[in-house]
Amino acid sequence: MLLPTIWFILWGVLWAVYFMLDGFDLGAGTLMPVLAKSDTERRLVYRTLEPVWDGNEVWLITAGGVTFAAFPTTYAVMFSGLYSALMLILFALIIRGVSFAFRGAVDDRRWRALWDFCLTLGSFLPALLFGVAFANIFQGLPLDEQGIYQGTLFTLLNPYGLAGGLLFLLLFLVHGSLWLAVKTHDELQQRAAALAKKLWAGLLVVAVLFLLATRRFTNLYDNYLNQPLLLLIPLITVAALIAMRVFMAQGAFWRAWFASAATIVSATLFGVVGLYPNLLPSSLNPAWSLTIYNSASSTLTLKIMLGVALTFVPLVIAYQTWVHFLFKDKVKADDLGYEEIY
Amino acid sequence: MDALMLSRLQFAAATFFHFLFVPLTLGLSILIAIMETIYVRRGDEEYLRMAKFWGKIFLINFAVGVVTGITLEFQFGTNWSRYSQYVGDIFGSLLAIEATLAFFLESTFLAVWVLGWKRLSPKLHAACIWLVAFASNLSALWILIANAWMQHPVGYVLRGGRAELQDFFAVITQPFAYQIFFHTVTGAYILAGFFVMGVSAYHLLRKQHVSFFTKSFRLGLTFALIFSLAEVIQGHIHGSEVAKIQPAKLAAMEALWDTQAHAPQTLFLIPDEKQERNLAEFGKIPGALSMLAYHSPKAVVKGLKDFPPEDRPPVLLTFVAFRVMVALGFLFVLLSLIAWFKRRKLLESPGLLKILIYAIPLPYIALQAGWIVTEVGRQPWIVYGLMRTKDAVSPIAASQVGLSLAAFIVVYTLLGIAAFYLMTKIAKKGPEPAPAAAG
Repeated sequence: MLLPTIWFILWGVLWAVYFMLDGFDLGAGTLMPVLAKSDTERRLVYRTLEPVWDGNEVWLITAGGVTFAAFPTTYAVMFSGLYSALMLILFALIIRGVSFAFRGAVDDRRWRALWDFCLTLGSFLPALLFGVAFANIFQGLPLDEQGIYQGTLFTLLNPYGLAGGLLFLLLFLVHGSLWLAVKTHDELQQRAAALAKKLWAGLLVVAVLFLLATRRFTNLYDNYLNQPLLLLIPLITVAALIAMRVFMAQGAFWRAWFASAATIVSATLFGVVGLYPNLLPSSLNPAWSLTIYNSASSTLTLKIMLGVALTFVPLVIAYQTWVHFLFKDKVKADDLGYEEIY
Repeated sequence: MDALMLSRLQFAAATFFHFLFVPLTLGLSILIAIMETIYVRRGDEEYLRMAKFWGKIFLINFAVGVVTGITLEFQFGTNWSRYSQYVGDIFGSLLAIEATLAFFLESTFLAVWVLGWKRLSPKLHAACIWLVAFASNLSALWILIANAWMQHPVGYVLRGGRAELQDFFAVITQPFAYQIFFHTVTGAYILAGFFVMGVSAYHLLRKQHVSFFTKSFRLGLTFALIFSLAEVIQGHIHGSEVAKIQPAKLAAMEALWDTQAHAPQTLFLIPDEKQERNLAEFGKIPGALSMLAYHSPKAVVKGLKDFPPEDRPPVLLTFVAFRVMVALGFLFVLLSLIAWFKRRKLLESPGLLKILIYAIPLPYIALQAGWIVTEVGRQPWIVYGLMRTKDAVSPIAASQVGLSLAAFIVVYTLLGIAAFYLMTKIAKKGPEPAPAAAG
């Protein structure tokens, strides 16, 4: 069972990396109307995201694709069971994605306001709904013997699911405001930094409540009690969360952003490791859960995909890191004019 | 309607819309890369302005292509979960490979290309758009390998109630995949060529930006001519491959009911699926189908009646779509040849320029018709001979799908209008004036 276990870990890591990367642009997109007061400031927000948002979103395609390739039954049940929630995420990502390309193409205030609204709504919904979806996966979905989801969209909106949504939203908002605190200047930067501090307090409260609720509503802790060494993962989450605030107080926003990234990754992995060996636990009967044993692909497929992943994912990380270095400096108002294709 | 029919409509709508935007990006990325390379080599600023101008139109298309592409990946799981479960071992891995190898590359480097004009050397900057062009086409290759597997499943074994991978090499090297790939991308290059010619013709007709659009026109024309000629030859080879591996599709493409030697091709007819015959046949060419399919007029071509009714694709739609595609294919050869002979006196040929403006939508129609032949002609199978479409649908409520389908229609219509408006606006406005040469 080594190969499915490796893929389970990769599966968790891919989702974690996706949340870490798209997290900041979803967060910054959601906060744009709060933080950016003028058209120039709004353009600056866009400009900080433009070099990287699309590359970030491909991690979602890859996380989805890997779920399909390595655990086809999980992919089938997860995507059809969470139909309405995923459709909402999809429509959100559609209107959000085109707003980057469409907004600047017509010089008209209402046109820009329309796409700004699409960016904000299209960033807010996925941030919230990914949290709702994953919290529900952590506590188990009402799956019957055939893996058919016995519920509706509203089944997902239970207290624990909503808490998960709020947690993800706050994680992404802090992540996004730190990104803007790193990438912008002057007033916009100060506003983003101040907001990050405020949001952090809310995040701390929600994170603590969520960890307690996790004990009450899920079986995630079982793996940790059996293997206490694994408790390092939630410890990293807590340490990163605290470090984030310390760095903010020092005005070291790059470090705070990395601490925030570590918080998101370790928080996701905390849930994923707690799930093992389940991918989608059934809340109706544990025997009906989808696990790495009953939903993995054939050994041959897992081997080939492992070869592909180990060859190409490092390459992707390399060139995406290069892009971050290429656009490493803060965005200034005079960047807006000449560098754009328009 | 039930969840099956609604899911089929939703998939058709999502694919149709996605494929309105993707083909232009496949060809235009290469044309832009050529323009920028000419600029880097010769230092002719006009080619730089060309790359930027066509780049704007490219970006609109790319954005819509990306966001509608995510829909397609999601939909296999949301609406076709039984399919996903049954073939995910093979099909899922092809999609995952596509994302890892190609999609990351095109998305990342397109952003660098758009924003990196001042940050990269001209050579490195041109390399970025070449990477985008390469990755877009590589992405098409993997998607079409996946599609070809649905058309002609190979390299698998049925085990544990699903299709499992047995021979990866067989899946990624099967000749039919490359047939579909070359047929599709060649069609996309024709579309890009006609698009560039059409937009250039609009300005040449008005005698504005003459040098700029003459150069653009030449590039588009070269593309259109080469690939429309290539498509005729490739289409023929492709057709005879279909005859071998999907005989029911071929019979539907030609509305051939009875198995026969010297099978004819008929230019016009009205198939009557209930009576299993054709009404009003006109323009019959005896032996032509046998000749095209098997390179011998004596060859026996299997008719629809030899397939059980539940194994036959819809005849009318497949037949008409095939006729439309082929007719347009020949029209593209004709138009590109005419344009080629008049290429030195474009300004004196307003008639041709007008026709080329109105010809812009035609390759779009041809490509959609081609996909109708491919996908409708494959019915009733989702994986040819292996799984029926009706067995593939998710166990979800029809109301859910009805709602999402309605939402798709609304969102995609608005998106389509916005994209069309922007492309028309950018195309009509023409390039930015050259900064130094203006005075």
